[in-house]
Amino acid sequence: MSIKLENVSYQYRDSKRRPALSHVSLEIKKGEFIGIAGHTGSGKSTLIQHFNGLIQPTKGTVLFDGKNIHEQGYSLKELRGKVGLSFQYPEHQLFEVSVFEDVCFGPKNLGLPRDEIEKRAKEALDLVGMDEKYHEKSPFELSGGQKRRVAIAGILAMEPEYFILDEPTAGLDPVGRDRILQLLKKLHEEKGITIILVTHSMEEIADYVDRILVMDQGRLRFDDAPSEVFKHKAELEQMGLSVPFYSFLVDELVQRGYFGKNAEVSAITLQQAKDVILKNWKRNQKL
Amino acid sequence: MKMVQIKDLVHRYFRRDDDDNIIETIEAIAGVNMDIEKGQFIAVLGHNGSGKSSLAKHINGLLQPAEGAVYVKGMNTSSEEEIWRIRQSAGIVLQNPDNQIIGNIVEEDVAFGPENIGVPTQDIWTRVAESLEAVGMEAFRMSSPNRLSGGQKQRVAIAGILAMEPECIILDEPTAMLDPKGREDVIRTIHRLNKEKAITIILITHKMDEVVDADKVFVMDHGKVVMSGTPREVFSDVEKMKTYRLEVPHAAELAYELRKEGIPLSETIMTKEELVEALCQLS
Repeated sequence: MSIKLENVSYQYRDSKRRPALSHVSLEIKKGEFIGIAGHTGSGKSTLIQHFNGLIQPTKGTVLFDGKNIHEQGYSLKELRGKVGLSFQYPEHQLFEVSVFEDVCFGPKNLGLPRDEIEKRAKEALDLVGMDEKYHEKSPFELSGGQKRRVAIAGILAMEPEYFILDEPTAGLDPVGRDRILQLLKKLHEEKGITIILVTHSMEEIADYVDRILVMDQGRLRFDDAPSEVFKHKAELEQMGLSVPFYSFLVDELVQRGYFGKNAEVSAITLQQAKDVILKNWKRNQKL
Repeated sequence: MKMVQIKDLVHRYFRRDDDDNIIETIEAIAGVNMDIEKGQFIAVLGHNGSGKSSLAKHINGLLQPAEGAVYVKGMNTSSEEEIWRIRQSAGIVLQNPDNQIIGNIVEEDVAFGPENIGVPTQDIWTRVAESLEAVGMEAFRMSSPNRLSGGQKQRVAIAGILAMEPECIILDEPTAMLDPKGREDVIRTIHRLNKEKAITIILITHKMDEVVDADKVFVMDHGKVVMSGTPREVFSDVEKMKTYRLEVPHAAELAYELRKEGIPLSETIMTKEELVEALCQLS
């Protein structure tokens, strides 16, 4: 069970520039939590639109559970029910009179009976933490973070197996951002939904993801665990991506000999940095 | 003279039902006092909904006080005769670059402001050239704004304000919709305007790393100013910042965590270099 791209290239028709994607091969297995990082224009938004067939590759193949999604007779509508995609600023797409009706829109389109639609909408709103007192409100009365959670609920109500989110934390304050990331973690752990998260900030997602795909100029440059990807600091910086602060800090401490000679220490998150420094501190205290 | 003076400012929003009866009153700004000196780089921090954007709009008279008063160079923003001079002195740059660009080509967009206030044509072109140079966008003078990145658009928006020759620029989360590169360019640009042209900058944001070089920081919560001081003073109180739903710079946060575990680190640590130095000194 996976989404698989085999040697995919894509050229926008009106563009004389380099292809938006060049020879990308990758596989996202069901149940993973994936981060996709890249600078603006790196091809990451083009890439994710291949995952649910919104864009057909110029060259190469997209397979869902082993089947070519652009073969004749393949139901893209069904695929899009399984692979949910939330664009940037999804709250701009809210339009119904009430929060509840807005979340019903997706399942309604799937042609489900009304009681099933309402059951799903209620569950989805519960999941994103928007309880009944919000259901009859107009989406436009909500805060930015709340609107975004409603938009996410709208996709969850379709009960996707894979959920792709393009910059879901853009423009949110730290609390709003953490709430969205915690929500995705919960969806992943409790509901088993595969999460594919597109971001500029690898730092933000390092805590959550199993694997990071790094896009640069239409090519897939890295596809590895965060700790492996962050070893390539110079290359990442060159691509305009920021390497997590704590990774830099611990590297610098290593260079200064803080951990002793030839120590091999690294960290990505605040917690990891704290742990390695504390361990070293306690050891020094004993000496 | 003070560039901006805010006295006991109150701002209220009303929610109305279908018959236009007021069903709720929200106090977005609940008694704010602020003095901003000419040439300062000021940051206003607060989480979404803290009242910081409303405050920005008061400074150039886009909103009018319910109570209290706002003065720009001594001019009251409630005075209709002064409002155009106020807006010329204090320009505002908003969050979404796409909502602020109107010209078909970059130079036209930048010329829009001075044209509107009746600057002679020859001077307009000098101002446009100088403004674009100041934000590092002179190479794009004849480009279509549609072809620019978010960060580039935001710099064009800033050039449009600069062409009005303001003494103060207010920026309401100018980097919220930008990628890291665009963010860096915009922040570097406004620092340069502050240093080289002595333009007073009021930066509204919730990103800590944009604030560390400010002269003074105001922290807002629930429509009130709850902390103020130098970045170092404000960020040393990590616990308090967290109660206002704000973060502190990475180095300050890690130093705070390590202090809790008993490592004697100074509360004034804010940068990576300072933290590395302090740790190495201790070992």
